[in-house]
Amino acid sequence: MDAIILQILNGLDKGSAYALIALGLTLIFGTLGVVNFAHGALFMIGAFCAVTLSKILNLSFETVDPTQTDFLGNPLKVKTPYVMEWFGAETGAAIIDWAVPLAILFSIPIMIGIGFIMERGLIKHFYKREHADQILVTFGLAIVLQEVVKYFFGANPIPTGAPDVFKGSFDFGVMLGFDPNAIIYPYWRLVYFAFSAIIIGGVFAFLQFTTFGMVVRAGMADRETVGLLGINIDKRFTIMFGIAAAVAGLAGVMYAPINSPNYHMGMDFLVLSFVVVVVGGMGSLPGAVLAGFLLGVLESFASMNEIKSLIPGIDQIIIYVVAIIILLTRPRGLMGRKGVMEE
Amino acid sequence: MLGLNKKDTSLLVIVAALVMFAPFILNPFPSDSGLAQFNAGYPDLMQRFVIFGIFAIGFNILFGLTGYLSFGHAAFLGVGSYSAVWMFKLLSMNVIPAIALAIVVSGLFAVLIGFVSLRRSGIYFSILTLAFAQMSFNLAYSVLTPITNGETGLQLTLNDPRILGESATADGSIPVTSLFGLEMRSTYEMVVGPWAFQFNAGYYLCGIIMLLAFYLSIRIFRSPFGMMLRAIKSNQTRLNYTGLNPRPYALAAFVISGMYAGLAGGLMASMDPLAGAERMQWTASGEVVLMTILGGTGTLIGPVLGAGFIKYFENIFSKINDTVLHNWFSFMPDGLEDFVVFLIHPFIGKGWHLTLGILFMLVVTFLPGGLVEGGQRISRMVKKKSDDDTNAKTTPAE
Repeated sequence: MDAIILQILNGLDKGSAYALIALGLTLIFGTLGVVNFAHGALFMIGAFCAVTLSKILNLSFETVDPTQTDFLGNPLKVKTPYVMEWFGAETGAAIIDWAVPLAILFSIPIMIGIGFIMERGLIKHFYKREHADQILVTFGLAIVLQEVVKYFFGANPIPTGAPDVFKGSFDFGVMLGFDPNAIIYPYWRLVYFAFSAIIIGGVFAFLQFTTFGMVVRAGMADRETVGLLGINIDKRFTIMFGIAAAVAGLAGVMYAPINSPNYHMGMDFLVLSFVVVVVGGMGSLPGAVLAGFLLGVLESFASMNEIKSLIPGIDQIIIYVVAIIILLTRPRGLMGRKGVMEE
Repeated sequence: MLGLNKKDTSLLVIVAALVMFAPFILNPFPSDSGLAQFNAGYPDLMQRFVIFGIFAIGFNILFGLTGYLSFGHAAFLGVGSYSAVWMFKLLSMNVIPAIALAIVVSGLFAVLIGFVSLRRSGIYFSILTLAFAQMSFNLAYSVLTPITNGETGLQLTLNDPRILGESATADGSIPVTSLFGLEMRSTYEMVVGPWAFQFNAGYYLCGIIMLLAFYLSIRIFRSPFGMMLRAIKSNQTRLNYTGLNPRPYALAAFVISGMYAGLAGGLMASMDPLAGAERMQWTASGEVVLMTILGGTGTLIGPVLGAGFIKYFENIFSKINDTVLHNWFSFMPDGLEDFVVFLIHPFIGKGWHLTLGILFMLVVTFLPGGLVEGGQRISRMVKKKSDDDTNAKTTPAE
């Protein structure tokens, strides 16, 4: 029992990332009808927002401390970050420590801005073109974004730590009444799961309970009629693209402490996210979220030693196997809407 | 000639001439001049031109004719490479059985994947092929290590049985790949003044095979079968209504293009007996898509041009570094020189992929027909201009 709960928990953090990226992909597909291969790159840019902010916060100036000497006997040069100078040593240290959560605020405007530029500058021109063309141009864009990030940040992963409070893990099993040490779970993964649950809830609430969301949903169902009612649906869809970009970016920001950001993390996630979208059903938001968590948990179960000894290598391919089975038996996906992307 | 019409024959003859004289054409700069780094006439690069040409020609038979965009074609290339290397390990160092096995195995593999994937079309097909390719890639890295040797990649060793050949040569080293005794790596160097032209046996083998592959693709394009594939692309529903089942045709195209990929993989292993899983990664599949689109989808010569273009610039661009740039722009004032070098720096050397990505986006956006369409547009413009000129001359006379 405890092993099962542990695997479910282990699957949640990856599942959250899949769900968030797939949610953004589905939003873009549902509103604009565009297959966005550059969505993984947005996730990656989000993670690098966290890296950038922690670098900015660590900008420091050098002072010579005459009371201390280094091993050569010269006066020691001490680096003091500017934030420590401005806010005092303790507050400054706390701000640096909390760089990743702070990057959430920092990344939202950046991601929305990138989303706007992408939609207005490039994707707008591809609405009427074939899906193959959309895939190809966004694939090219993904390469470009990836290479730009590689140029500025280098090819190596950059470790970006969570705040000290959330470092380490805790004994989750004891809380549920199992033996101690049965379920050890890192704090940050729990934070990540809670965070993504909030984001997903927020997006759904926004679509369900606001006038803006209502118009967008109407536009997803029948774009032309909404346009005929005198509503500028294009503008709203552009905003939705920005929101989808922000969702992917936030998923990336919070993922930075789990996996040190590198320039190709987006591509790694993109393939899986597409599989998630297809399994959940093209154009279905709940389907994307459900499939994201489902596949995350399945993947973690498949990596259990008991199962691996039964079917070797299953942990590497489980997601693809599930996707192939679903596509062949239920091409609409788990919760796909009728008439979306059906030939 | 050979069952081709006049236009296709001349195309084939031109391509054949280009392939045969490539060591001259690609080596226009004397080896002691500063431009020598733009020479592409060395065996390794020329082999890659034609091998990726074969790969792209095959991909074009599927994507260009039927419109099915496969994102997992590199899997066939990888399978081909692995089977060829196994042939070198078990049978002999002759390349013919290795290439034959590579084609057969990748063909069988393509039948399997194609049979399943072709039940869906459009984006679902792309994702299915992508999923299959990633699966093969992951398996090659993990469970199939006894067959694929995992991360290290499959290599020849001195302990291989090689039933028809020898495990080790007389001096105790690993034997090299050959075609009935003609070593693939043997190169004849012809020195003419400051030029050094290299003629490599392996390159010519690849080149001849590429010409055969190209000829076959012309025949497929012009055949009733090719017409059927075009019908699948333009309107599958209508094809269904006329009482034809499009799936066997699409599957045949998929298998043919898979075999082309396997052939390319087998040749790659014949030139350099190594096979690694990274050849199967989906970025490698993306590369062949790039080549085909860049050259011109659905055209005969496009994929070959695209493959050559990408491989040439990949090699040349990644070799340019800041010192070279400083040399070029040394005529400028110092400050301006540094600035120009600073501007160009991100696009060269390791930044070649950035250039490629931008180029690709531009091509997809403005020139969906690729380089071939670009060439046609330019020739049309020139023609129109000359037409205008003749008109301008004649009008006043009337």
